[in-house]
Amino acid sequence: MLDEIKFAIDGTQIKANKGDTILKAALKHGIYIPHLCDHPDLEPFGGCRLCMVEIKGKGLSISCKVPVEEGLEIITESPEVNKVRRIAAELLIASHHVDCLECARNTDCKLQDVASYIGIEEGRLKRLKRVIKDLPIDDSNPFFIRDLNKCVLCGICIRTCGEILNVGAIDFAFRGTGTLVATVGGKPILQSRCVSCGECVARCPVGALVPKNAERPTREVSTVCTYCGVGCGIKLGVRGGRIVRVRGDVNSPANRGNLCVKGRFGYDFVNHPDRLTSPLIKRNGAFVEATFEEALDLVASKLTDYKGDQFATFASARITTEDNYVVQKFTRAVMGTNNLDHCARL
Amino acid sequence: MKFEEIAQTAKEEWDALQASAKPSIVVGTATCGRAAGAMEVMEALRNELKEREIEANIMETGCFGLCDAEPLITIKGPGGPSVWYRNVTPEMAGKLVEEHIVKGSPVAEHALGAAGDGQVDGLTAMSDLPMLKFQVRRILFNCGVVDPSNINHYIATGGYQALNKVVSGMSPEDIIDEITRSGLRGLGGAGFPVGRKWDSCRRVPSDVRYVVCNADEGDPGAFQDRSVLEGDPYSVVEGMTIAGYAIGAQKGYIYVRAEYPLAVERLENATAQAKEKGLMGKNILGSGFDFDLEIFQGAGAFVCGESTALVLSIEGKRGMPKPLPRPRTTEVGLWDMPTLLNNVKSYSIVPWILTKGADQFASLGTERCKGTAVFSLTGKMANCGLIEVPMGTTLRQIIYDIGGGIPKGKAFKAVQTGGPSGGCLPAELLDTQVDFDKLTAAGAIMGSGGMVVMDEDTCMVDVARYFLDFTQKESCGECSLCRLGTLQMLQTLEAIVAGEGDPDDIDMLLELGEAIKTGSICGLGQSAPNPALTTIRYFRHEYEAHIHEKKCPARVCKDLISYVISADKCKACMICLRECPVDAIRGAKKEVHVIDQDKCIRCGVCMSVCPERFGAVECIPGRLTEADNA
Repeated sequence: MLDEIKFAIDGTQIKANKGDTILKAALKHGIYIPHLCDHPDLEPFGGCRLCMVEIKGKGLSISCKVPVEEGLEIITESPEVNKVRRIAAELLIASHHVDCLECARNTDCKLQDVASYIGIEEGRLKRLKRVIKDLPIDDSNPFFIRDLNKCVLCGICIRTCGEILNVGAIDFAFRGTGTLVATVGGKPILQSRCVSCGECVARCPVGALVPKNAERPTREVSTVCTYCGVGCGIKLGVRGGRIVRVRGDVNSPANRGNLCVKGRFGYDFVNHPDRLTSPLIKRNGAFVEATFEEALDLVASKLTDYKGDQFATFASARITTEDNYVVQKFTRAVMGTNNLDHCARL
Repeated sequence: MKFEEIAQTAKEEWDALQASAKPSIVVGTATCGRAAGAMEVMEALRNELKEREIEANIMETGCFGLCDAEPLITIKGPGGPSVWYRNVTPEMAGKLVEEHIVKGSPVAEHALGAAGDGQVDGLTAMSDLPMLKFQVRRILFNCGVVDPSNINHYIATGGYQALNKVVSGMSPEDIIDEITRSGLRGLGGAGFPVGRKWDSCRRVPSDVRYVVCNADEGDPGAFQDRSVLEGDPYSVVEGMTIAGYAIGAQKGYIYVRAEYPLAVERLENATAQAKEKGLMGKNILGSGFDFDLEIFQGAGAFVCGESTALVLSIEGKRGMPKPLPRPRTTEVGLWDMPTLLNNVKSYSIVPWILTKGADQFASLGTERCKGTAVFSLTGKMANCGLIEVPMGTTLRQIIYDIGGGIPKGKAFKAVQTGGPSGGCLPAELLDTQVDFDKLTAAGAIMGSGGMVVMDEDTCMVDVARYFLDFTQKESCGECSLCRLGTLQMLQTLEAIVAGEGDPDDIDMLLELGEAIKTGSICGLGQSAPNPALTTIRYFRHEYEAHIHEKKCPARVCKDLISYVISADKCKACMICLRECPVDAIRGAKKEVHVIDQDKCIRCGVCMSVCPERFGAVECIPGRLTEADNA
């Protein structure tokens, strides 16, 4: 059992697991502390400076890196805290493309959360100079768009690519206000080591990384990805009978929310007009629709013509491990051969 | 080989050079000297000697700290005193060789001073030069004196005695105790007690530890680390070796800027020679202690002078400071091992302390800051250069006694210490003693030791803008406050100097500055607002003049000044009228000239070409228009 730690946030006693950060513990208990660069799956970064809190007796500190300690007294609202995080938020907004209504992330944006919590005052914001980037949008990837003009440099994409994927296709480049998230040599993302898994897209807190043709689903359906035998849990976002988004199911033990490029972006076959929806049998040189019973009967009758090494099986990686087991059992025991292979050795 | 034998060989070489019957010429060929033409001078001297078939010892040395005098050479007869010649040009070589070496009569008109046997009439003793008289040269002891590419010179002047003493009998605890007792504080600028740092690094349980030297000097106007590396590299190498012995490290890195090619070359040479002599590498001086040094060239990011960024950079990663809370570098540093990171000067003074003793070191300085401090003196001062003074020397002593005060009869306005992270102090604070605590209390910092003096012709708003421009570009981009906040401060300052300042701007600069100082990850962000904050604190009236009156009192900011021609003084000579690049001056022969204020681009050409005896063109604060001419 995890050790339990008791501490206080704004006078409320809270229990947290040992090792949890102040921010994590607070969020778990429904206490919002503004933050942008923290993500529960990733190592703390500490760059956005928004999660500043006051630790009684110790002064100001970011809460995303400090582990909870017995008896800590955390103050999330004080003039000192506000002085720093309000300026940080204002600076971020003064340099952000705030065309929110045109942004795919509208209402699902961490910067909006921060702004609405801290309360941005127009008069104060006007004192700052607008410093907006005007960089070309990278739409080289078939599945997502990189709009660095909206990037808040939280580094979540970089850490995702490095810590979770071990791919490391992107990192910070340049200095000062010229700092960018870039691929090696600043090439379009498609020409980098990126494997298009979209894990960064799923974690980007703002509209800098968004799926192409993103539509907001009206409901979600839990299912298992059909691509391979791993059996990742997925949540299909459905809208009007069409799948418009797929995200990983964080509660699935197989993938804990992670997906690969096929699972996340390869869903257009479902509604594709070329998709086979029934077996086809070739009759008089042309494929004709048939029932499964007809098709299976035909295959079974043909199989009886062969025995032993005249026969070979090639199984699909898209069926489950259990099904694959049955396929090999059938090949060896029924057909009497070891001529057996499948397609998951790509 | 035993150290006594090594030292004997070195001493013989050094003594032979001193007692040589040949004339000797020493040329300061540090980067500063080279920039002024020292290599050409040396070549010219060689040629002159060759023509006259004179054999002489020509030696290169490091920077002596007298920037004004570069190229600086010393000629010694055979016999007679050594004479320092200032601002030597290749054209002067013939005369110097002919007069001083052939005829034995030093050339007083080019001499800076003399030292040694037999003074020469009309020449000041070097030790009486104001620039040198008030200095105490411990860290700079060898700079400009020995050949920095010859380890025997270093050994002959006392080098490596400390390492020998250490490996032949001192325990690591004894060494750390001695350093702690000396009161030495980190000379990179932060002033952390060096002994305590060594002790805490030693106490972290680990089989592997590293010693790292921070030679990533990057402040505009600071060059003391470069001078030490170029002029006395062995002291740094010896200091690091001793540190390795004290904390239990066998490997060290010197993180030096690639923009310091001569320092890199000298360090590479120094480590190679130390290895040859058995003063580095395996089984140093037969003690069983192994220590090796690697020179790592940084790519020039200012932020890599910060300890955690520096460590990441050596590891081959992007140099970005690690936010607090995090373990100290002494606990988790390079390759996650306990790592001792000190500045060039901190290592360089270690052999001195261990040879002369902690008490002698601590005999100079203030109550909480012992020893000496090295400053690069630049700006509006009669004597600029590199100096070393006891901690506690006042700014006034440095600027007026050593620096020779402000030239051209101008008034002192401010002194900026600590580079872009430092602050500007006004005349009222000239009696502030320089040490870590007192400069910080005044709103500036000791920092890396840059000291820029400004006179009445310096605009403090423009100075703040200059430094913010630097820090803004050098911010690593990691934290929002530094990355975006310094840009906002810069743009606000740019607006103020362009005459577009808003009455709210001062308050906003203060608010932004405080937030950036409090909330940024590393020392860069935490100190970046200092130039703006201190200039507002001490020179608020200049900001107000820019914003409210649209005037630059120091007559620097082009958008807030005007040039006018005094009708009484103008002799209608047509010079300014002809030279004005935008034809903004009207008039004719025998007709007083007038500047068209709407056309004028405030380039100042008219003022510079107006004959001095007329002095008719004047620059005044504030922007006039043609309406004012009417």
